[in-house]
Amino acid sequence: MPKNKDIKKVLVIGSGPIVIGQAAEFDYAGTQGCRALKEEGVEVVLINSNPATIMTDGDIADRVYIEPLTVKVLEELIIKEKPDSILPTLGGQAGLNLGMELEESGFLSEHGVKLIGTTSQTIKKAEDRLEFKNTMEKAGQPVAPSLVVENIDDGVKFAREIGYPVVLRPAYTLGGSGGGIAHNEEEIREILSNGLRLSRVGQVLVERSIAGWKEIEYEVMRDSAGNVITVCNMENLDPVGVHTGDSIVVAPSQTLSDKEYQMLRTAALKIIDELKITGGCNVQFALHPSSFEYCVIEVNPRVSRSSALASKATGYPIAKVAAKIALGYTLDEIKNAITGKTYASFEPAIDYCVVKIPRLPFDKFITAKRTLSTQMKATGEVMSICDNFEGALMKAIRSLEQNVDSLLSVDFSKYTREELLRKLEIVDDRRIYAIAEAIRKGIDTRKINEITHIDRWFIDKIASLVDTEQRLKNEELTPELLRRAKKQEFPDHVIGKLTGKYKGKIRELRKEYGIRPAFKMVDTCAAEFEAETPYMYSIYGGEDESGLIAPTGKDRKVLVLGSGPIRIGQGIEFDYCSVHATWAFKKAGYETIIVNNNPETVSTDFDIADKLYFEPLTEEDVANIVDVEKPDGAVVQFGGQTAIKLTQALMEMGVEILGTSAENVDKAEDRELFDEVLNETGIRRPAGHTVFTAAEAIKAANDLGYPVLVRPSYVLGGQGMRIAFNDDEINEFIGIINRIAQDHPILVDKYMMGKEIEVDAVCDGNDILIPGIMEHIERAGIHSGDSISIYPAPTISEKAKETIADYTARLAKALCVKGMINIQFIAMGDEVYCIEVNPRSSRTVPYISKVTGIPIVELAANVITGKTIRELGYEPGLQKPAEYYAIKMPVFSFEKIQDAETSLGPEMKSTGECLGISRDLNEALYKAFLGAGISLPKHRQVIITVKDADKPEIVNIGRRFEALGYKIYATRSTAKFLVNNGVNALKVNNIHQESPNIEDLILGHRIDLVVDTPTQGFNKNRDGFIIRRLSIETGVTCLTALDTVSALLTAMETENAERELELINIADI
Amino acid sequence: MKAFLILEDGTVFTGISIGARKEIISEIVFNTSMTGYLEILTDPSYAGQAVCMTYPMIGNYGICYEDMESIRPWVDGYIVKELSEKDSNFRSEGTISDFLIKYDIPGIAGIDTRALTKILREKGTMNGMITTDEDYSMEDIIPKLKAYTTGKVVEKVSCTEKKRTPGSGYRIALLDVGTKKDIALNLVKRGCEVTVYPALTKASEILLDEPDGIMISNGPGDPKECVETIEEIKKLYETDIPIFAICLGHQLMALATGGDTHRMKYGHRGANHPVKDLSTGRVYITSQNHGYVVDEKKIPPDVAKPSFVNVNDGTLEGLDYINKKIFTVQFHPEACPGPVDTGFLFDRFLAMIGGKETADHAKE
Repeated sequence: MPKNKDIKKVLVIGSGPIVIGQAAEFDYAGTQGCRALKEEGVEVVLINSNPATIMTDGDIADRVYIEPLTVKVLEELIIKEKPDSILPTLGGQAGLNLGMELEESGFLSEHGVKLIGTTSQTIKKAEDRLEFKNTMEKAGQPVAPSLVVENIDDGVKFAREIGYPVVLRPAYTLGGSGGGIAHNEEEIREILSNGLRLSRVGQVLVERSIAGWKEIEYEVMRDSAGNVITVCNMENLDPVGVHTGDSIVVAPSQTLSDKEYQMLRTAALKIIDELKITGGCNVQFALHPSSFEYCVIEVNPRVSRSSALASKATGYPIAKVAAKIALGYTLDEIKNAITGKTYASFEPAIDYCVVKIPRLPFDKFITAKRTLSTQMKATGEVMSICDNFEGALMKAIRSLEQNVDSLLSVDFSKYTREELLRKLEIVDDRRIYAIAEAIRKGIDTRKINEITHIDRWFIDKIASLVDTEQRLKNEELTPELLRRAKKQEFPDHVIGKLTGKYKGKIRELRKEYGIRPAFKMVDTCAAEFEAETPYMYSIYGGEDESGLIAPTGKDRKVLVLGSGPIRIGQGIEFDYCSVHATWAFKKAGYETIIVNNNPETVSTDFDIADKLYFEPLTEEDVANIVDVEKPDGAVVQFGGQTAIKLTQALMEMGVEILGTSAENVDKAEDRELFDEVLNETGIRRPAGHTVFTAAEAIKAANDLGYPVLVRPSYVLGGQGMRIAFNDDEINEFIGIINRIAQDHPILVDKYMMGKEIEVDAVCDGNDILIPGIMEHIERAGIHSGDSISIYPAPTISEKAKETIADYTARLAKALCVKGMINIQFIAMGDEVYCIEVNPRSSRTVPYISKVTGIPIVELAANVITGKTIRELGYEPGLQKPAEYYAIKMPVFSFEKIQDAETSLGPEMKSTGECLGISRDLNEALYKAFLGAGISLPKHRQVIITVKDADKPEIVNIGRRFEALGYKIYATRSTAKFLVNNGVNALKVNNIHQESPNIEDLILGHRIDLVVDTPTQGFNKNRDGFIIRRLSIETGVTCLTALDTVSALLTAMETENAERELELINIADI
Repeated sequence: MKAFLILEDGTVFTGISIGARKEIISEIVFNTSMTGYLEILTDPSYAGQAVCMTYPMIGNYGICYEDMESIRPWVDGYIVKELSEKDSNFRSEGTISDFLIKYDIPGIAGIDTRALTKILREKGTMNGMITTDEDYSMEDIIPKLKAYTTGKVVEKVSCTEKKRTPGSGYRIALLDVGTKKDIALNLVKRGCEVTVYPALTKASEILLDEPDGIMISNGPGDPKECVETIEEIKKLYETDIPIFAICLGHQLMALATGGDTHRMKYGHRGANHPVKDLSTGRVYITSQNHGYVVDEKKIPPDVAKPSFVNVNDGTLEGLDYINKKIFTVQFHPEACPGPVDTGFLFDRFLAMIGGKETADHAKE
């Protein structure tokens, strides 16, 4: 069936801010989908509140709205833009829910707009638990015995019937939010009460536990003619019980015979047919490990995290094909872009093995529970490709950016056999290392299988890695042994450590024995057809195909290093920068090569760069690519810290660093060198010292006077950064810092409480261009990534602005910056201090590019190639402010991470961000809060409990709440202070005091907001911690910085939900 | 122990010996299925061939004997990247390595199977030798490789005597030119009484049993080698008994009715081949295993018309015979290994026997 000619203008809904369970994969899907629509001549209108995405660029869609994703905003947008169709299947659960609400309310039919790619009936059948069950029954597909309940008692009754343990899944939530496994009545009551509240429709499914079964997924596609295909199947290493987003996943399945494979494949196709999906769909099965019994766990009638993984694992562009199907094409009409010969109506054949490992945020949330369950906790993931499972697993481990590079990296050697057996029962992110240690201790693989329910095949493979490790330790390093170790992807330095040789020696030996990596192509067809797309991965042994790629005919080659897995502190914004840099170099006539290992991103789409190497971002892996590609230069300044840390290694390989030199990068990051730069340029910074030990740190802190800021150098996202108020806290922090491998010194600075300012700039070596100055709402001390940032800076004096522009120019020049620089200042009145310089792209680049209309990354890339700012058509200096206020609002995923500390500080905690844009500052603020999901007032009740130092400030805040008609509850001393200052506050008992207390109040579900400013320190048993967790887990907004509260009040004072918002097309800026 | 794969074009792959330690010369083909290695090993259509698996890890789920497609493996040799040392599946009764030894199948592992596949793709299917003899001489071997032909392999794999599986439904005659177990199973599952006949059975003998329908199976080798069988199929064509033929059977029927076949460059072997039903436009993913194909241009237009084509390369995948209750397909609706999406063709065949369908209006 050819394209439907009635579809001319399509509204695509994005997925909003990055939160756990809904991450970069939807930027990848959305970008690919929008490009596919534009390719077909369709006008694309895009809405997504997330400014860090590539999909919200003017060149991806025709009209771009970075506005809050609410029904009301969408209705307004539909009236304004008059699209004929809406494609809601590219924006994850958020997009799907919005599409359905618009359809169900009748708004779409009223305005003559059609949902394409799915129907509301389809969404309901897949998402509504009861309808889902009925639909599966109709398709003849088994589901575990289950019941949808709307109250706790029904749940408890049903659980008694089917027996514990039971799995609880709330309807319509992200990443399994609020779900879990209950083993007894107490647990079911607890999980149910939470799940019922979090579910959009107040429903939770209570289900027979099938924990321990194999978890198998199929990605399937269907077109309007009813043609169905499977793109890929995947097997979770972790059995049912761990959310697939938190599981190690392998593609294709490894332990299924053809009979099992086809049984589930047929079932998946029957399901997509029954649901009448036109597009892509993910089906998750539980398969009994010792019979053919199976049941359907879940169906996602849209592109998903798994479909992104399947796309990257096979080369089959699911989102693109789904978008074309939505326009009416059938699978046999859509060309396979990789082969250019075959069509989308075939099933990829894989001739390699793919492993995905989730990236979990426990390095940021050290108090959090590490256990994994049906509630997803990972912020991102890495993928690796190899011709054997052992190799793929090793490659994925070292891609994680967690200082791990082998199964020895997490040390359980001190555990006894018995302790290990107990340890194996705990399902957490380190279980794989515990399994390896269990094998080392001689625990039988069958025993391990019995405890973990992980298929013996996987355990045997881990045993094979342990065996190699032991042989390296105990035997002579023969060519055969080295060949085996490299085939299993042991890095040189691990081999070196195990054999007692230095890593350079291993490289020499490899050369001597002729053991070299070969690059193979991902071609969707296992070499059956000639492929055109240079999408490569490495293996050891065999023919190298990298030389067989058709030359681009360009005489200069540039290597762009990507940013690895999405984690807190290094998010999607660095992928934005990598992709834009690649495009800019391409445009400037370079052959572009991207190296990255993140399957969720746009940068790892095979048609972004001229060549894609899907490889770990380590020195050795990059060196192998450099060996075959011999690039003329590499750019490291766009891939965040992951890329920056490779600078030195690249130089040693003889690769020219394009842009700011390594030596100057060092100057910015090394404290003492940087102090010299500041001295030279006459710029002040808060006083500080570089130390190595706790004793030195305490001395430094006492010299400077408390409070001080303590942090390791060379970090991103404020990892390990703390404000210390006394010697004890210093001791505690240094202990934590040292737990993370530390080759670098520790910085101790005087903590200054001023306005925090951030600037991104492009320097061509001579001139500098500053698109704008951003001001943080929260005062210094809260990580810039967690602060609300306003552009243009509203409260900074003209004199300070001039100083900032001047300092930026001086620093850029002193550091010989070529390309991007990001600087953070503190302004106290007219005085400006420099606190940090990053000679690279930053988190704020996408957002500031979009609101100023200045393509910062493209300019930086061009400057790197030798052009000047003037040649590029820009007048150097601080640019005139835009006519809009743009507010970047951090978004958190605290509810997903049990026991995570939620109070803000110098360590970054947010997972994503959204934008509020308006001509009016307060409207922008309102939009920003709305985009972050904070839509107040509701019940007009607030709880305030603050530390003593904050009490004077709380009076005015209390007055403002009162003026908005709020009833204020406060704990004893806060209440007393408020009342004494004329604010009407009701005293409420604290958490350990008798009931009714603050806990009852929060659980009463009538509280809009909890304001809790934490006392310093980490004792998580403190009342504050419990109050904060309680409110987060009950879905109550909890703010821990008074500046944020004040901003929220401003938004509430100026706006109300009834007012029409002015929607701004970013593409016009 | 080292093993070598020597190709007709002089390419040598060095790997390690798996299975039996014996030297073989065979036609080297590749299969892209990711699962179903046992079904492939035991598919009689591979007689006279050594199969290279493009999926790199083979043997993971061991050997589940009930999945065998015939009584024994028929491949001459087996070529893989990595042969699993252990087996993991609740039905597994042993490792693939032991299986190969048990049935005296030699093979080679640890070679770059992708590189081999690319050679076969670019130069076409060719002959090769698997040997463990380190002192092999190319001058001796190459002429032998060039001279090798698979020959009349059908007789080798076909059953030797008639065998009946009882059933209460239609009585189906299955002409075994190298049949996979699942063709008969698909019919038995649908209640049929199935009688399997050796490849050289006379048409008259089959007709004497008065079958309600006739199936002609898949099988190995060049269809034109099956001279005697083609003559008998001509006689079956002349009757008005409904006939359904698969793979080699499809080719033989074409040859029996004035059509022609030719050897493909490297054939179709895998579980992911899209074919289009020309009467409905629907595309189905099919299991395939063939190196010869019916020439679409040489089909007498009054005898048959194309019913299915391959979406990738446009080759003929099925024929409906005009004014006859006969339809044939190149792919494998019985799957095993591979997708069962076209299993409905067996239902169509039975419907045709029941008089509800004619070949030229065959619809799902």
